[in-house]
Amino acid sequence: MTDTTQATGQASPLAGSPRTPDMPDDIRQHICSSAVSAATGSGTTRAERLALKELAISGKPFGPGSKTEHEGETMTGAQAIIASLEAEGVDVIFGYPGGQAIKIYDALYDSKSIHHVLARHEQGAVHEADGYARATGKVGVVLVTSGPGATNTVTGIATAYMDSVPLVVITGQVTRGVIGTDAFQEADIVGITMPVVKHSFLLQSNDDLTRTFREAFYIASTGRPGPVLIDVPSDLAGAEMVFHYPDQVDIPSYRPTYKGNAKQVRQAVELIRTSERPVLMVGGGVVSSHACDEIVELSEKMQIPVVTTLLGKAAMPCSNPLNLGPVGMHGSKYANMALTECDLIIAVGARFSDRVTGKLSEFAPHAKVIHIDIDPAEIGKVRDPQVPIVGDARNVVAAINARLDKVEAQPASLAWVQQCFEWRERWPFYTTDFADYPDRIAPEVVLERLSNRLDPHNSVVTTEVGQHQMWAHQHIHREESRTFISSGGLGTMGFGFPAAIGAKIGRPDAQVVCIAGDGSIQMNIQEMATAIGNGVAVKVLLIDNNALGMVHQWQRLFYHERYSCTEFTANPDFVKLAEAYGWGAERITHPDQIDEALDRMLAYDGPYLLDVIIPTAQTVYPMVAPGAALDDIIGAIDVTLGGVRVTEKGMSPAGSMGGTVAEPLPLNAKTDGASRVAGATKVSSADAEMGAEAKPADVSDAKGGE
Amino acid sequence: MKYILSVLVENKPGVLSRVTGLISRRGFNIDSLTVAPTEDVTMSRMTIIVNADEIAYEQLTKQLHKLVSVYKISDLTEEDAIERELVLFKVLAQPDKRHEIIEIANIFRANIVDVGKNSLTVEATGTQSKLDALEDLFRGYGIRQLTRTGKIAMSRGARDS
Repeated sequence: MTDTTQATGQASPLAGSPRTPDMPDDIRQHICSSAVSAATGSGTTRAERLALKELAISGKPFGPGSKTEHEGETMTGAQAIIASLEAEGVDVIFGYPGGQAIKIYDALYDSKSIHHVLARHEQGAVHEADGYARATGKVGVVLVTSGPGATNTVTGIATAYMDSVPLVVITGQVTRGVIGTDAFQEADIVGITMPVVKHSFLLQSNDDLTRTFREAFYIASTGRPGPVLIDVPSDLAGAEMVFHYPDQVDIPSYRPTYKGNAKQVRQAVELIRTSERPVLMVGGGVVSSHACDEIVELSEKMQIPVVTTLLGKAAMPCSNPLNLGPVGMHGSKYANMALTECDLIIAVGARFSDRVTGKLSEFAPHAKVIHIDIDPAEIGKVRDPQVPIVGDARNVVAAINARLDKVEAQPASLAWVQQCFEWRERWPFYTTDFADYPDRIAPEVVLERLSNRLDPHNSVVTTEVGQHQMWAHQHIHREESRTFISSGGLGTMGFGFPAAIGAKIGRPDAQVVCIAGDGSIQMNIQEMATAIGNGVAVKVLLIDNNALGMVHQWQRLFYHERYSCTEFTANPDFVKLAEAYGWGAERITHPDQIDEALDRMLAYDGPYLLDVIIPTAQTVYPMVAPGAALDDIIGAIDVTLGGVRVTEKGMSPAGSMGGTVAEPLPLNAKTDGASRVAGATKVSSADAEMGAEAKPADVSDAKGGE
Repeated sequence: MKYILSVLVENKPGVLSRVTGLISRRGFNIDSLTVAPTEDVTMSRMTIIVNADEIAYEQLTKQLHKLVSVYKISDLTEEDAIERELVLFKVLAQPDKRHEIIEIANIFRANIVDVGKNSLTVEATGTQSKLDALEDLFRGYGIRQLTRTGKIAMSRGARDS
């Protein structure tokens, strides 16, 4: 594999920043200056993020608070909203203007410190703020108008809620006098979003305005983070008030628990000491609480293998041998085996999602569970733990580490770690042999080679939702938290591309690549204009199979190849489309083109789309069928059988295939989109049988998309 | 089983909808619900009776705790708590039956609050079983209208819940 380590101008911190010819100088300057601040402060290093977290918990504003030039001034509510954002240290907001937000936008016109990113759709604005928040650890801020502007944010808010991302969403509202009268562009956005916000406010009086903003930022960023909505009737935005920003916040009904109960910590330590086959299951909570170092310490100290959920990816460096990586429906066979065979699960900031556990009654049957989470409602929701610990992951894991040192705990038997490593040797995610397709591009190869070109410390990869997301999860190498951004809980197609724009704005010095599918990219493709208009040099690697690949795959495996509405007949020419938006773009169809095309994409000075044509019938392996047990895995590579993909247990009809099905290569070629890609496609008999014989398992919760 | 929850919340618009929305979203039917301000006018107390199994109930209370508008939740199900409900009955009462009805009301320490040509309006407070018994007796005469407030509850002694 040609491995030219990416060096195309990434050495200078500003080299990755946008240089599009039509970018106004002031914007370029702004992005460059925020690049400097990002490189030197405001939340990019771990120490700075920790300081931000401490600040948030203490209830103090993220910015100057009462020490702004506006303190004590008489101003309109709209001006007070902008002044409040400045008091919170907000330097970038994402949004879209409209009638009931016009006063706030008018006030924004005078702000010297807030840069507004004009999206092309309110959903895009929320995902951009979300990507910004996930990449930086700061609160993402959104400003939109009433009615359709507000309702367009709902998917974005729900996405952030499911993945616990701190957002403050400000929506314009009709004047108080006409609320409830079906006024023009009126929507009850507080009511509509109630199930998907952490909290929301309908502003009733300007006396509450500044306190509301302080509370919103406090609630969004502390405890289990989440989106907070503030609905601002436009008469309040016009009414005068005196601006005083509070430097403290006190909400008696909101007191998250940060410190773990000492007795439960001792119990956890006892379980860890006496366990023979422990596994650490690491989720998004570890990233939010900056517990990555503590997790590595615990894992290395006690020689505990680590498995990661989708949101927990990059919580532990992929280079650490103890990191077994992705677990769950498309996790590796070795990680799933580790979780199935272990006698202790230490779940940290993870919520036992159905995409991780598989069939719950057969999930980790021998394991006791220590469940550490800041949200008490997650504990015992899916699996009853032997030791529940409510608290901040970093505090709790640090306390466990300290206690382990104090009692001089010794790592359990090394045989268990060795066993996991042997499984990893035997069932690798991927072998280079798979690069052997003569004439068509294997998506795994593209992602491996992209991964090799990215600086794992200074790049961010976002994904859309579907097959490409799972390939990215499997093959992109990450060393730092907050460098892999993906919609996990809600599985929102159309998230990854705007999120990449937000991430690039938050970390302009980093190379930011969105891995997309041809279905997902079309759900927010209008944001291409946002990227070019704001000089945001994101790269889009489009894994293009001309289909909704994940649903197509389910139809192939579980619905007797009845491809209902998953094959696109009218995709646009993505290269021409990107060029129409002012982007650089190219298409590749042959494996020989991959390396140079990736180099061109990463070196391009500006936003760039690389359209990678792959066969329609490519399948993401390994896979746990919905409703199947976690160790009941389809299509894991077995090197002891010569590196072929095998299927064991449930998916093969009893007896007829003797328990183990060896499948010849290449895979998945049967229903190749042959018209699009010239080249040999070999029918895999095992694949055919698998498709025909598979019982449609419990697929009622099908929500895979691409 | 039936659970009795006493929930202390912010006295603000929208809070009732947050609480009931959360309960109904999880598929529970609210048997009864009362809300009114407390001794502190910035807070309201809700008494909620829901039907749920133990696991679902635990998840429900945890989720309620997560609402920023909720201060405190007390479970008064198993306790020896004081429970009261108020009922208004409009009972059919021809003049010749009035005495009997008034007698029954007296036995139950209920009050006659209105008299019509052919009806008596009776106000009664008490526990559910007492009110059920009274209702049974009045049914014999014919009930034209009945309104119950839903249960309110409070723990005994000095405990503050």
